[in-house]
Amino acid sequence: HTHLNYKLGLTLQNRTSEALTPAAAARDEFQEELVIRPLHSGDIYASFQFRTLWDTDFLQEGQKVSHYRLFPKSLGQVLSKFSVRELHISFTQGFWRTMQWGQPFIPSPPGAELWVWFHDTVSDVDGNWKELTNVLSGIFCASLNFIDLTNTVQPSASFKPLGLGNATDHRFLRYATLPREIVCTENLTPWKKLLPCGSKAGLAVLLKSEKLFHSSFHSQAVHIRPVCQDEQCTSKAWELRQTLNVVFDLYTAGQGKKEWSLFKMFSRTLTEACPLATSSKVYVDITDNPELSPATPLLSQAVVLGDRRTYSVFDLTRAETFGQLRSLNLLLRWKGDGEMLRPLLHAERYVAGFGLQTGEIHTVIYNNHPYRAFPVLLMDSVPWYLQLYIHTLTVTSKSRDNKPSYIHYQPAKDRHRPHLLEMLIQLPPHSMTEVTVQFERALLKWTEYTPDPNHGFYVGSSVVSALVPSMVAMNTNFTQDQPLFSSFVPVKEESSYFVRVYTEPLLVNLPTPDFSMPYNVICLTCTVVAVGYGSFYNLLTRTFQVDEPSLPLAKRLANLIRRIRGVPLLT
Amino acid sequence: MGLLSDPSRRKVLTGLLTRLNTPICIVCYLAGIVWFMGLAFEPFTLRTYMSENAMGSTMVEERFSSGERALSLAKEFDAHKRKAGGMPVEWLVKAMQSRGLEVFTQSFSRKLPFPDENKERYMVRGTNVYGILRAPRAPRTEALVITAPCSPGNTNNQAVALLLALAQYFRNQIYWAKDIIFLVNEHDLIGTQAWLEGYHHTNITGMEYSPLQGRAGSIQAALSLELSSDVITSLDLVLEGLNGQLPNLDLANLFYAFCQKLGVLCTIQGKLQRNDWDTAEGYTHAAQTMMLMVLKQACGRSWGDHGLFLRYHIEAASVRGINSFRHYKTDATTIGRLLEGMVRKLNNLLERLHQSYFFYLLPSLSRFVSIGYYMPAFGLLAVILLLRVSFPGLCHCFSVSLQPSSPGVLTVLTPVVISHLTGVALYLLPVHLQEMAVEHFPVSETEAVVLTAIAIYTAGLALPHNTQRLLSGEGTEQGWKVLKLTALLYLAVLLGCTALINFSLGFILAVTLVPITASITPHMPKALYALVMVLLSPAFTILYCVFIYQELIEAPVSVSEGWMLFLSVISQGILDHALYGSLVYPLLALFIYPCWLMFWNILFWN
Repeated sequence: HTHLNYKLGLTLQNRTSEALTPAAAARDEFQEELVIRPLHSGDIYASFQFRTLWDTDFLQEGQKVSHYRLFPKSLGQVLSKFSVRELHISFTQGFWRTMQWGQPFIPSPPGAELWVWFHDTVSDVDGNWKELTNVLSGIFCASLNFIDLTNTVQPSASFKPLGLGNATDHRFLRYATLPREIVCTENLTPWKKLLPCGSKAGLAVLLKSEKLFHSSFHSQAVHIRPVCQDEQCTSKAWELRQTLNVVFDLYTAGQGKKEWSLFKMFSRTLTEACPLATSSKVYVDITDNPELSPATPLLSQAVVLGDRRTYSVFDLTRAETFGQLRSLNLLLRWKGDGEMLRPLLHAERYVAGFGLQTGEIHTVIYNNHPYRAFPVLLMDSVPWYLQLYIHTLTVTSKSRDNKPSYIHYQPAKDRHRPHLLEMLIQLPPHSMTEVTVQFERALLKWTEYTPDPNHGFYVGSSVVSALVPSMVAMNTNFTQDQPLFSSFVPVKEESSYFVRVYTEPLLVNLPTPDFSMPYNVICLTCTVVAVGYGSFYNLLTRTFQVDEPSLPLAKRLANLIRRIRGVPLLT
Repeated sequence: MGLLSDPSRRKVLTGLLTRLNTPICIVCYLAGIVWFMGLAFEPFTLRTYMSENAMGSTMVEERFSSGERALSLAKEFDAHKRKAGGMPVEWLVKAMQSRGLEVFTQSFSRKLPFPDENKERYMVRGTNVYGILRAPRAPRTEALVITAPCSPGNTNNQAVALLLALAQYFRNQIYWAKDIIFLVNEHDLIGTQAWLEGYHHTNITGMEYSPLQGRAGSIQAALSLELSSDVITSLDLVLEGLNGQLPNLDLANLFYAFCQKLGVLCTIQGKLQRNDWDTAEGYTHAAQTMMLMVLKQACGRSWGDHGLFLRYHIEAASVRGINSFRHYKTDATTIGRLLEGMVRKLNNLLERLHQSYFFYLLPSLSRFVSIGYYMPAFGLLAVILLLRVSFPGLCHCFSVSLQPSSPGVLTVLTPVVISHLTGVALYLLPVHLQEMAVEHFPVSETEAVVLTAIAIYTAGLALPHNTQRLLSGEGTEQGWKVLKLTALLYLAVLLGCTALINFSLGFILAVTLVPITASITPHMPKALYALVMVLLSPAFTILYCVFIYQELIEAPVSVSEGWMLFLSVISQGILDHALYGSLVYPLLALFIYPCWLMFWNILFWN
């Protein structure tokens, strides 16, 4: 079968032989791409993207798909069975440090995040969602089965579909995060298996877990959405994007010099492209003039996230890229003294207060644009066991009250659904906006505590989505040969670009009973003290009278008769 | 319960308790004292053990090796400190940044209610510098804190330098699961307080501070480091925190385990452990160690930077290097390794420290007395108050006093209210009247505050003992009984609650207050009993504690020195309350002293 795939791949590369294969097959496509960005902090950021296009439209009535070429069958079946219109899932270990690293190409919150748009023909969305999470849990070896109604929300504005179609009815959207999810090799392996070449050829050979998990940040994601096949949008296709972002740390990697190579990062070098790929490229960000060897004459410019960057491009489908040694090991060395472009939007969050009764969630959003104000959408999903006092919600910018122009609040139901708070806030230029809301910590039932209750309970990241005014003109025309990293989110206008920022998750301690022995001891001693002291006190304060001893039964009977007869009673 | 429900036997029991009330009370009192002193006897105590699985079974290999570099760093730090005339903020920021930390500063200022003469400060203005080591692949939800105070003069340079050396070493390791915050705070406790309030965005003491820019989630544990010499002979562990709060015992166990492992001499209350528990000296030593802990805990102040963390449910302890004349010395590398080991084990924690005891006394580092063992000592004292309440002579009048027509309630109400008003005056006036006092008398502000407090305290003795006459003329026999009943119940509740939170304070107050309050009546020789009552009043208790404490730390003082110390203890108590929210001063002024005044009132009832 792989042999067949391999052959198909060859035909894909070689469009002249298109006539030999069925027309539909010829339009499936696979691209792979690696972007390497040296960071000012001395760390290095590597971002992989693998894009598979599947030329089918099974959402049309009566269409049945049984043949899979490049697209993974496991996902294809899931899409058709649950009528999924769009699916985004990410697994992240670590927190993206926006202020040191700048904006990532595709942001993701710590832990697992899943959001799905269902097709509007689905009648039982919650049932589909439940089943879907269980299936995905099996596919990705993750605890997605812990997603249930208590941590699922339906955001009204923050998560619009990224693909084709103009769905606006958020009844068909489900969003959930698992901030506690730990990402490990067991999640990486099934993710790699979704690739047409697996980890045997192409860029995926670099994905060795012993190096990927020896890093400051690791995030892997799968995004599936319907897209246009061509500019005129005459036919639709399914796009599967698998992304993997990793940041390697300068200090833990060794001598602390800003000097990196592919081998140092991944303990592998590149020797070939994936044979099934139509394009296989490595981009190295050389905007800040790092020393790069081998040098390449191929340069490319792209406007990403409001910043014009220059990249050296290595095309792996060309033999000369690999040189004499038949292997490509990029070497990068830089000083990194220059100023980093300050990210225009940045957010953080923390819990204020002390004690186990109440607290306050502070979300701080920074607009670092020197003169432009812009609106942001803030979305907060808080578990029910933090009971939000929504009347204490305040939004302040520059120590003045900032009234949100749109608020969507759905209160929690104990043990059934979380709080959902969405707000549209205008951020003044060069300002810090603080959103605070007080909460009370609920006392859980004793079976509802996790096995490690003293660790605390997690509250997922809040999400800030915004169209940030761009300093440079964004590229709006949609062409095929755009690099993948700059084409994920469609750019609608030149003057702004879309950014999503996730804050850190929160770890909140709830009032926890002492489940161990002392608790029993206290109960026991309290009982003893209560009983003992109670009777003791009773004994000492009450005045006593000696009761007449009761008469024997015979005498009582006799008295009964005597009472009837009216003679004096016996004593 | 057959005994209690059988009326005839109950009568016997009641009779027995009534007849033998006084002997039983005396026996209880003596038993309480003996029980307490017995706690330090080794066979009666438990050996400490690590309860937390995450810290117990895991192996840690210490590899820190840059002790020498830390010492040269200490010299550099010292030079910059001298040049800056205080905290060398810029140098510290650079030093931390070059070690790969995310560095932030926080400036704070605080005007003390009156000048602190011990530390010579009034308007305090300073800066905290802290660097966060971000753990790889961790979502910023948990953190550990290591702090070193930047003290004036020559002290603590080595601590700051060791902190920096540890930061550099830790930064190169991959195994961190929690972010580590390295904090250098200025003006010791005030800086720590400002930082903690900033971190948790609270303001409980009226501190002015700039908001923190960087955070790292919920802090799980903190260690404070105090080190003033290149080599040390022993390490002292300080546990007593604000309001007598103690960190989880596992933190002490962890310290002890690593001291054993690395062969470092470790002390608690500055006292080494002895092995000869069966000799009189051995017992005395353990008893002294425990008494020191009780005295330190009772005074409710924070005995190191760690003490302020405890309020925020952060387990914390201070590690203090001691350099004495012993031959056996430990170098900075070993101390670094000890801290490395402790931090790595704390890093392994899956939950907050909660497995071991929070309420304990330590007669030595390897032995502890848990709450279950020491509470009976207090219970035996407290039961005396209850026995006196249930003393039939008193309890009959209880039923009488409940009738609304009886004058009893009113006669009681007046002394109670007046006593408490005196207490409120004692709490409020010293600080608020200082300006007036300074104008009219040739004293400094601090002296003014302390002397006003003592003056109000003494004036209180003269004030209330005729108050019941204001309303009802002649004091009745029933009147004082109702008052005594109320006062006994009040004291029992007060001491009970205090002992639950701060056993040491409750116990010390019980030892001095219970005998006199249990026996007081108006029919006693007034002059003699007045003298005894004054000598056992809360203020004199503090004075005795000062002398005993000095005796125990082997720095005995003369009477006049003791008096000066007593004055400074009072001013420190008031300052601790204002600066950090210590509750001992308000407790004594607002509750214990008025309660004592009520008994004073009984003595002069006529």
